[in-house]
Amino acid sequence: MYHKSDCEGFQCEQRMLEANLGQDDAGLGVVERLIGWLRQRSLFVLAYGTGCGAIEMRPLMTSRFDAERFGIIGAATPRQADVLVISGYLAVKTLKRVIRSYEQMQEPKYVIALGSCTINGGMYWDSYNTIKCLDHYIPVDMYINGCMPRPEALIEGFTALQERIRRGEPGGYQRYRDNIDWYKANQRRVFGDNMPPAYTYDWYSEGAT
Amino acid sequence: MHVLLDSLAMIALCYVMGFLFQGFYRQFNARLQRRWGPSIWQNLYDNMKFLLKSETLIHGPMFFFGPMIIAAGAITTLLFVPFLKDSDWLQGVSTHGNLILIIYLLVVGPLGNALAVGSSGNPFGVMGVTRGLTRLMGLEVPFFLGLALVMLQHETTSVHAIMAAQDGIAHWNLITNPIAFAVILLPFIASQNASPFDVVGAPVEVYAGPRVEFGGRLLGVLMTQNMMMTIAKLVLVVDLFLGGASNVLELIAKAFALFLLTTAISAAFPRLKTEQTVDFFWKVPLGLAVLGVVLNVWLI
Ligand code: SF4
Repeated sequence: MYHKSDCEGFQCEQRMLEANLGQDDAGLGVVERLIGWLRQRSLFVLAYGTGCGAIEMRPLMTSRFDAERFGIIGAATPRQADVLVISGYLAVKTLKRVIRSYEQMQEPKYVIALGSCTINGGMYWDSYNTIKCLDHYIPVDMYINGCMPRPEALIEGFTALQERIRRGEPGGYQRYRDNIDWYKANQRRVFGDNMPPAYTYDWYSEGAT
Repeated sequence: MHVLLDSLAMIALCYVMGFLFQGFYRQFNARLQRRWGPSIWQNLYDNMKFLLKSETLIHGPMFFFGPMIIAAGAITTLLFVPFLKDSDWLQGVSTHGNLILIIYLLVVGPLGNALAVGSSGNPFGVMGVTRGLTRLMGLEVPFFLGLALVMLQHETTSVHAIMAAQDGIAHWNLITNPIAFAVILLPFIASQNASPFDVVGAPVEVYAGPRVEFGGRLLGVLMTQNMMMTIAKLVLVVDLFLGGASNVLELIAKAFALFLLTTAISAAFPRLKTEQTVDFFWKVPLGLAVLGVVLNVWLI
């Protein structure tokens, strides 16, 4: 794909993004396709706003960029949310709250991570109390890079996520369910004795829906 | 058989009208705020999505039965409201009931809410319910006095008879009894849970109020009943004050006109505090209602 004569830099990325758009769902029945389509039209967002990126959520939700026209609207509580937006660096202390919120969300649920801090630690890479790779602790569905990403980038990320939901691709919540032991081991490594009590997540191992 | 088909048709019509009206409401608000707003089908998408989600919360059986009680209350209410006059269709079981029964059924919703939220034990939910019951104290008396005024005027409790008495625009209760309409309008907005009286769900203030613990399917059920209840109440007021409707298009037009009036009012005024709401209801609509009763009973 990244061949110089064909395209260059952001053109290739653009092409990769657009290549997904035309692609049709493989082997999905009519009902699944309908369900996926309904789901992608309505995303309730829980914005976890402790990182600096949270400042970009406000123009996104209000009149200037108006995310409601994509069916994206703020949710009051984790229980009603479909998408958890992590807006940047996470201290170990906040990570614990994020995990608790994530586990309270009802499936299907998705995580969008903003900024380089969630990918590799960003400018906090040698900090003593922030985590570096968010994906080791909760499953991230979509990274939106930048420090910090503009609302346009957020819209791009949201529409890419909607596209994936429409195609019925397995979301991160299934990964979390399948690899719960790995995620919990990673979490235990940073929390130590401060691990959330087992009853908060034991229903994951039982395969409840 | 006819009753069954008819009831299903009423529920379906109510649901479709419900999500279209609420979709319009969201779009209307968006345009007022100079943004594009969601599509008019947005409420259908939201509702379907919630009905297709998982539900893993366990707060005891009452938490599960609460939304069912509320939904059953909403469906029963709408079946007792005749949608059309001089027609066999869209009547539900309204010939077996009357306005007083409908008044009773309107209270089932808040009660079911209180039961479900009480068992979840979430402080925000309990706060929302407390606010709701306080507001109910304010809005019930003028609302029912307004309905009583209409019953007094026609000397009957049957919605059918009241509809039949209003033939022609000059005989609409809106024209012949404007005081009753003025009395009922603001409590009606409050019972639709619209601004300026939206103290119960109060976005941002108490999170989602009574709904704070609900997510997934139960929230979907709550949304469905909310949409249907909105339409049932609108149709009731259309029946009582705008002379009912003789076909579906007329019904939709009249209900929409009323809906436009209430949305315009609620878009223009910001939210009141709970105690301000109660104060207001005990002063203005109740004062008007007492005046109306005096006029009706002793002077006319
Ligand atoms: S990526 Fe940049 S903007 Fe985002 S949290 Fe990190 S430092 Fe802040």
